[in-house]
Amino acid sequence: MKKWRVEVFNRSGFSDVHGKSILEDINELGISSVQAVQSAKVFLIDADFDKNFAERVAHELLADPVCEEYYIGRSSAPAGLAKATLIEVHLKSGVTDPVAESVMTAIADMGVKADHVRTARKYVLLGEITQKQTDTIAKKILSNDCIEDCVIGNEAEPPSPHLKPYELQIVNWPICELNDDQLTALSKEKDLFLNLVEMQTIQKYYQQLGREPSDVELESIAQTWSEHCVHKTLKSSVDLSINGEHVHFDDLLKETVFKATKQLDKDWCISVFADNAGVIEFDKDSAICFKVETHNHPSALDPYGGAATGIGGVIRDPMGTGMGARPIANTDIFCFGEPDKKIDEIPKGVLHPRRIMKGVVAGVRDYGNRMGIPTVNGAIYFDDRYMANPLVYCGNIGIMDKDKCFKNPQSGNLIIMVGGRIGRDGIHGATFSSGQMTHEHETIFSHAVQIGNPIVEKKMLDVLLQANEAGLYEAITDCGAGGLSSAVGEMGEELGAEVDLGKSPLKYAGLNYTEIWISEAQERMVIAVKPENLEAITKIFDDENVESTVIGKFTDDKKLRLRYNGQQVAELDMEFLHNGVPKYSRKAVWKGRQLTEPNIPVKDNYNKELEQILSSYNVASKEWVIRQYDHEVQGGSVIKPLTGVNNDGPGDAAVIQPKFNSDKGLAISCGMNPLYGDIDPYWMALSGIDEAVRNLICVGGRVDRIALLDNYCWGDCTKPETLGPLVRASQACYDGAMAFKAPFISGKDSLNNEFACEDGTQISIPSTLLISAISIVNDINKCVTMDAKRASNLLFVVGETKNELGGSHYYKIKGHLGANVPTLDLGMAPKIAKKISAAIAEGLLVSCHDCSEGGLAVALAEMAFAGGLGIEADLRGLPRSEDCTRTDAQLFSESNSRYIVEIEPENFDAFAKMMLNLPFGQIGKVTQEKTLIIKAEDGNIIIESDIDSLKQAWQKPLAW
Amino acid sequence: MTEIKAIVLRAAGINCDMETEHALELACAQAQRTHINRIIEDKTLLDKYHIIVFPGGFSYGDDVAAGKILANQIRHHLYEPLRKFIDEGKLVLGICNGFQVLVKTGILPGNNSTDNQQEVTITNNDSGKFEDRWVYLAPQTDKCVFIESGRQIYLPVAHAEGKIVTKDDAALDELKSAGHVAFKYVDENGNEGAYPINPNGSMDSIAGLTDTTGRVLGLMPHPERFVRPTHHPHWSRLREKPANDGITIFNNAVKYIKENF
Repeated sequence: MKKWRVEVFNRSGFSDVHGKSILEDINELGISSVQAVQSAKVFLIDADFDKNFAERVAHELLADPVCEEYYIGRSSAPAGLAKATLIEVHLKSGVTDPVAESVMTAIADMGVKADHVRTARKYVLLGEITQKQTDTIAKKILSNDCIEDCVIGNEAEPPSPHLKPYELQIVNWPICELNDDQLTALSKEKDLFLNLVEMQTIQKYYQQLGREPSDVELESIAQTWSEHCVHKTLKSSVDLSINGEHVHFDDLLKETVFKATKQLDKDWCISVFADNAGVIEFDKDSAICFKVETHNHPSALDPYGGAATGIGGVIRDPMGTGMGARPIANTDIFCFGEPDKKIDEIPKGVLHPRRIMKGVVAGVRDYGNRMGIPTVNGAIYFDDRYMANPLVYCGNIGIMDKDKCFKNPQSGNLIIMVGGRIGRDGIHGATFSSGQMTHEHETIFSHAVQIGNPIVEKKMLDVLLQANEAGLYEAITDCGAGGLSSAVGEMGEELGAEVDLGKSPLKYAGLNYTEIWISEAQERMVIAVKPENLEAITKIFDDENVESTVIGKFTDDKKLRLRYNGQQVAELDMEFLHNGVPKYSRKAVWKGRQLTEPNIPVKDNYNKELEQILSSYNVASKEWVIRQYDHEVQGGSVIKPLTGVNNDGPGDAAVIQPKFNSDKGLAISCGMNPLYGDIDPYWMALSGIDEAVRNLICVGGRVDRIALLDNYCWGDCTKPETLGPLVRASQACYDGAMAFKAPFISGKDSLNNEFACEDGTQISIPSTLLISAISIVNDINKCVTMDAKRASNLLFVVGETKNELGGSHYYKIKGHLGANVPTLDLGMAPKIAKKISAAIAEGLLVSCHDCSEGGLAVALAEMAFAGGLGIEADLRGLPRSEDCTRTDAQLFSESNSRYIVEIEPENFDAFAKMMLNLPFGQIGKVTQEKTLIIKAEDGNIIIESDIDSLKQAWQKPLAW
Repeated sequence: MTEIKAIVLRAAGINCDMETEHALELACAQAQRTHINRIIEDKTLLDKYHIIVFPGGFSYGDDVAAGKILANQIRHHLYEPLRKFIDEGKLVLGICNGFQVLVKTGILPGNNSTDNQQEVTITNNDSGKFEDRWVYLAPQTDKCVFIESGRQIYLPVAHAEGKIVTKDDAALDELKSAGHVAFKYVDENGNEGAYPINPNGSMDSIAGLTDTTGRVLGLMPHPERFVRPTHHPHWSRLREKPANDGITIFNNAVKYIKENF
């Protein structure tokens, strides 16, 4: 077998954009001695063809004939005055290499079969750099230890992997005779993340059976019982001590979030908290499903791969809901440390927040865009407590036929795995993500990182939709956390299943049966197929080169049996596996925090404060991120994330049109404010719900068709003082859902977002609850946006401004937290939402924007610069509470349930009539002059700023 | 009356096929999304159609370079049937990734396709990243059947590799003098300009190319994404409903077939 090496460089005169961006990253790192970076692609091809053919492959396939050049073999460093350092980055053995797979296919199209292809990247750094700098650049910028190896200098590349085939060896992990210490030690040694009570429960089960467990049995139990999969904390019984009083919950989730859904009992909720995503009615024929997941731990280790597989994974949730939905929109919400941190402020074992952010955005971008799913809504929050535990929330919405919202697997159905192959990637993901991170996680859990290949998922989606339409399968679910173990285990829970793991298609040889069973290798789904449909469904898959394999069948004895080439390696009772997990009881404590309001002198001008808030990372424009996502693919875009006269203003919510032949739409939004949680998580949660609802209402969403999703990201909830805030937030979820009559339809939690530093200090994230919301839009042609539309139109504020600067961005820029957190009037909030929604439906509003971070002043500024128009506002028209007398509170208080609306003068009467009995007032009007002017109650001008400089302040911080 | 039949190519990673099919249907063509494997199996399949569209997406993940793997597949399996299709007077449209494919097969600009000396290519945006934004396009030819001459249109681009470059100045001159330039990026008033007016740094602000017959068009912007008023990025502030600029490309194609077949 010949080994060909082809290097592809940019031809001189054509810019090397990749090299240039690497150079920028190097400069950002504070290394100025590198003058230039040249990047090259390296292809390592094992194939029996001659030099001529190798030249053809290089010329016709690998190098662009116009802007690139190739070199067959290893090129030496360019001669010249500057010192050159060569660094090559190779994927670690076993890591998915999608480009290599495509090159294999393309070489086959040219008529020859290559035996093996690998790709690598080569960098030539020009300049006098030290060995230490070289190492830093290699490690911090060019490669990621988790998945890649660096070769520095002109050394040989790592050899091609030739893995030995696996020979069956059944391993038992004896447990029956162990004492408590030994049980705990076993759980730790095998990374099972099971606690002592769970280990004892398992021990008892095997003592009754009179035998020892096999390794794969324990792994299956550990995966099925992981926090990630069963959410034992949210389902546990909780004793809450709240300011000394005692409240008991038998099952926290059932008695808070889920209770509201049950009591509201909406007939348009089709399937809630049951399937891979929550399902609601869209119209008489179609249903919509929505799911939001987190992928925090993997994204901390490998931001690009972690985020990519985060979105890739959540897309498979709607694909695996009911009989499978077609994904139509993505959402993404991130939390990072502030991006301008100095290197020495970063704890050991943690990547720089800027690198994490760039990697996460690129990962979501590349996966979402390649899947052809528009990313339409999102948010980014910055707080240094997210530095070691970034949060990556990815959501997906799908559409499906209303009569296909439920699965029906039957005994006798074949179990078929469709899509990608199984590799060692992502082993122990479910259990790993349920534990705490430490500075050593980087090395210990590198195998938990999964690598995605979106095209494999797209191909799989294409054929599954065809198979679904043809009615060729009985049930479908995704291989997510826990891999086959969770997919087959869940689908066969009521039946029983037997699987022969030796039949599973592998990426490479050498995997043992346990690895096959629990691998979280991406892009796989499991379906249940009647034997008589096997031929027809296999043809659909084969026709588009999608691999499918019968790996077993569903039985009727409620047992899970695993074999490896015929030999049994596991036999577990489904009942024990799914319902054997011991019930927990947890203690939670909530004590109101002793906080005070700061004493900030009143000023007579707030231009500077307004600009500072507009420039704060949380408020600043996220255009740099948004533009990298395709938000228009599928042709259903109605209200885009960026809006206004120059298409760059901050839209409140996205609206899409899911069906070409219907003017019905879907509005999608989110709400979240961790800062309020530092004061009181109850009001944080209600504020999040109100914000998500406001955003939907602002664009024209129906008030009576709002469905909510909860995603909790919390610290270590075995600590009562960490669980307390979670209980508080859950109580708020119940109250908020009931007030708005908006049921929760799906949710997920990610606990243990804590980081143990080298010196033993713990960093916990702030209590973070993301509320995602979705609503129906009756007629997309009636949607409105937040940008000011025309001079001389009137501006009104609906909703009361209160003395609530606690947790505000105004206090943040002044270095305070405060105490007066925004509260929510549960009676008034839904009334206002209802009236605003009605006014939009009647066509009375030409713009609508909610007041959120930064309060009234920021909202007015955003409306003005998004519309390219001026605004004259007067605080004498502001509906406010009696105690909200300070000008700064009127400008920057973040009170909930407030909307700024623009109406044409002739609609004044109709509008005023509609708002009767609500707190509302005329705040000002839109002007032609491109200036924002705000007058205080005493008539003096306190803000006067041209909209271009306000816009610049808002755009600059994240215009990377 | 002839039934206008259009085929929308599908392949691994192509993802704008459904909305492209919809746009063709709005233009009164009968459109059929078809996987490339079916055409490779039966090369006479194309005979039934008048228009073939290579839609946007990330064919084969844009691995190696955008459109490259699919172009390679077409060159080795479908080049002749496609050439025949064009020679019969039928229409070929490549949008975004489809345009990249047409350029990388040599079908566009198509002046020297036989000797395999590609002199034009589409490469990484100057910004180094994927960007979704709206652009104005000024037509540069009155010989391309898809294009209404003189009518400036507004469409979104969404790509990471959309920069059109030629091997040298002579090749650029050749493109211009032979009338291959179909659209240029301009501002609202029709003037060329720097980023973001030219969103990717294309030479001479070129946004699309046509071949010498005027029956093959490739462009980076997405006409299928502006076929109803609510696609316009700020339709909510317009007093008049905007004209759906993207649909003109499809309407013109259907009109041409009606008149010539």
